[in-house]
Amino acid sequence: MSSVSRALRQPFGLRFASGAFLAFWCLLAAFPIVWIAVMSIKSPRDAFASSPWDVIVGPATLARGEGLSILDIVLGLVVLYFAIRWAFTRLPGLVMQYSPPSLIVLGWLVGAAVYALVFLLVFFGLLPLILGALNSVLGPLGEPVLGLTTQHYVAVWGENEFYRNFLNSLFVTAGVVTVSLTVGTLAGYGLARSGSDLAFWLLIAALVFRALPHSVLVAGYLPWFINSAEILRPIFGDLSPTLYGQPWAVIAVMVSINQPFTIWMLRSFFQNIPSELDEAARVDGCSHFQAFRRVIMPVMWPGVITTGLFAFLLAYNDFLVTSLLLDAQNQTMVPAIAGYFNRETTTTDQVEAVAAAVSITAPLFLLVMVFQRQIVSGLTAGAVKG
Amino acid sequence: MKFKTFAAFVGPSVFMMILFIALPLISVFIQSFQITQPVMQNLEVETCTPGFLTQTCVTELKTVPVIGEDGKTVTTTEWTGLQSYRNVLQMDKVWEAVSAGRLGDILQIDFWKALRFTLMFTLVTLPLVIGVGLLIALTVNNAAKALRGPVIFVSLLPFIITPVIGSLSIYWLFVGDGILTAMMESWSGTNISMFAQAWTIELLMYFYRVWHVAPFAFVIFYAGLQTVNMDTLESAIIDGANRWERLRHVIIPHLMPLIVFIALIHLMDCYRVFDEIIGFRSQAHVISLQWLTVDFLTPDDAGNRAISRAAASAMLTMIGIVFLLIWPLRRTWKDHKGGAH
Repeated sequence: MSSVSRALRQPFGLRFASGAFLAFWCLLAAFPIVWIAVMSIKSPRDAFASSPWDVIVGPATLARGEGLSILDIVLGLVVLYFAIRWAFTRLPGLVMQYSPPSLIVLGWLVGAAVYALVFLLVFFGLLPLILGALNSVLGPLGEPVLGLTTQHYVAVWGENEFYRNFLNSLFVTAGVVTVSLTVGTLAGYGLARSGSDLAFWLLIAALVFRALPHSVLVAGYLPWFINSAEILRPIFGDLSPTLYGQPWAVIAVMVSINQPFTIWMLRSFFQNIPSELDEAARVDGCSHFQAFRRVIMPVMWPGVITTGLFAFLLAYNDFLVTSLLLDAQNQTMVPAIAGYFNRETTTTDQVEAVAAAVSITAPLFLLVMVFQRQIVSGLTAGAVKG
Repeated sequence: MKFKTFAAFVGPSVFMMILFIALPLISVFIQSFQITQPVMQNLEVETCTPGFLTQTCVTELKTVPVIGEDGKTVTTTEWTGLQSYRNVLQMDKVWEAVSAGRLGDILQIDFWKALRFTLMFTLVTLPLVIGVGLLIALTVNNAAKALRGPVIFVSLLPFIITPVIGSLSIYWLFVGDGILTAMMESWSGTNISMFAQAWTIELLMYFYRVWHVAPFAFVIFYAGLQTVNMDTLESAIIDGANRWERLRHVIIPHLMPLIVFIALIHLMDCYRVFDEIIGFRSQAHVISLQWLTVDFLTPDDAGNRAISRAAASAMLTMIGIVFLLIWPLRRTWKDHKGGAH
């Protein structure tokens, strides 16, 4: 709508109201998230201060000598700006150059990991060292003006061993994404290319399964999982495992819970790939599997990545299944935060819980930044086709 | 595609869905009519304490669980018919309340309390989500092109955030003397505590859910708005339709399939409301159906899980899903029969 016709042009009042509403919505959408991020880097007294200004500036945090000077803020923002710019302009080129075309996904993973590592080293290792020296030289410009403390993050990740929960979350989500995509892609392709009644009924059954509350299913698993060692003994002998508390059992459960959504979504993506493509391969003498492997697989990645994102979200955000089926030592991050509720007695504990919450949100934030387009296309694909 | 190839493609997926969705459903259905308990026995136990001249001995009749040879308690499984359902529904108390004319008392019973909240939550948030989503989509569509990307990015944040964390982040704004409670207190001059009574918690929950789901509705409506037929819109202008009439008669009918889709997804998801209860820590005031089942499944102080009651409450939850899905499923079936897709 670059050239808006005269009749469609809106009066100023309407445009203003629309812009104001949009600004209000953006504030509303971002505020709680930004606010907990601000709270997490303040001393407990500042974090729960009743004046918003105190929370932002953090006088109590400053009084303990922890804070950022004007120079810190300016230099930090400059480094951040260039780091982000570099990631979006130069990084893709480097990845394309150094990774073989067949392993482009792996190349991206390695590229992102290396980038994250270098960024963390520079931003949290090198920069504070340089700035520390500069601040002591500069005098008034080097005085801290904005309170900032990392003590809660240190406490959460160090003393409370949150990294264990992080690793568990990583394992469970990685497992769920890989398995559910492998199984789901095959099924989605099969369903998209078969017009039979059976395929229709499978999709309907999947729709019904999609609506089931997860607690209903967990109520079905629990007795079996707890006693599985005895139930499986006749088959596997003494090797039979107790499924309760096993991360891979949770992976299997979440993959299945996620299957209905995955196959619906992938089916609609595969329907968008013209069937002439695999028919041509079939004419050239490929079997269905060969056609899938050689013709469909190279072009299916956008749809698979999008579906994978949603599988990731389901596994990463889950509270119900993981809290009921995993025991304390291999708990994932989200249920682990509930552990803070129970001992949340002092304000320090509360701010530590806030820091843990921000730690959980940070990867999601990065995810939206990198994959915004895929998420949007995934949301709309389900709606427009489904 | 031959049946064999089709089966090979969908086989793993179907296998997993049968093993982890269909079979557990059957298992829950059966469990809801059964009860598994430890076998108890009455033992006469003589306990003696040293006393003057003679020991003081007391003989007591104690009920203790039978311990089997492997050192575990022996359990039996009995068919109890509808007993678990009765335990969950507590119809006797309901009739008592009805005959006494105190209908409010029904909402003191866990199941009815949970049902009331779940239904109200679903029905209150549905129009709000659609309305707010549509409003955001219209305003974004109105905004300058350069702004749209950042706005979509910010809007996606509430949608993508972990539900428990999202509700916690709002909880922290209001808890105790949280920043917004303090602000409201300074405006109104009274002491406000948002988490001391049910209705304020419920309001926050409604707000959270709209905040969380509106971006989803927005993204879908926004995509739909890109395909509005400009010719129809322009002819509507020529016919003298004002802005509101254009919205009402051109844009909304165009978006209708999307509205139905969002409503359906929202009904399914809202009916499963659970994470808010954890995030807002509202167990004492507001509970949902799914939370009730989870609560039965969580071990109590003695380490026992009320599996059969959980199964009964799960089956009762399922009945609601059936009602929810009848209409869309009939529609899909008609579409399939008609061959229109």
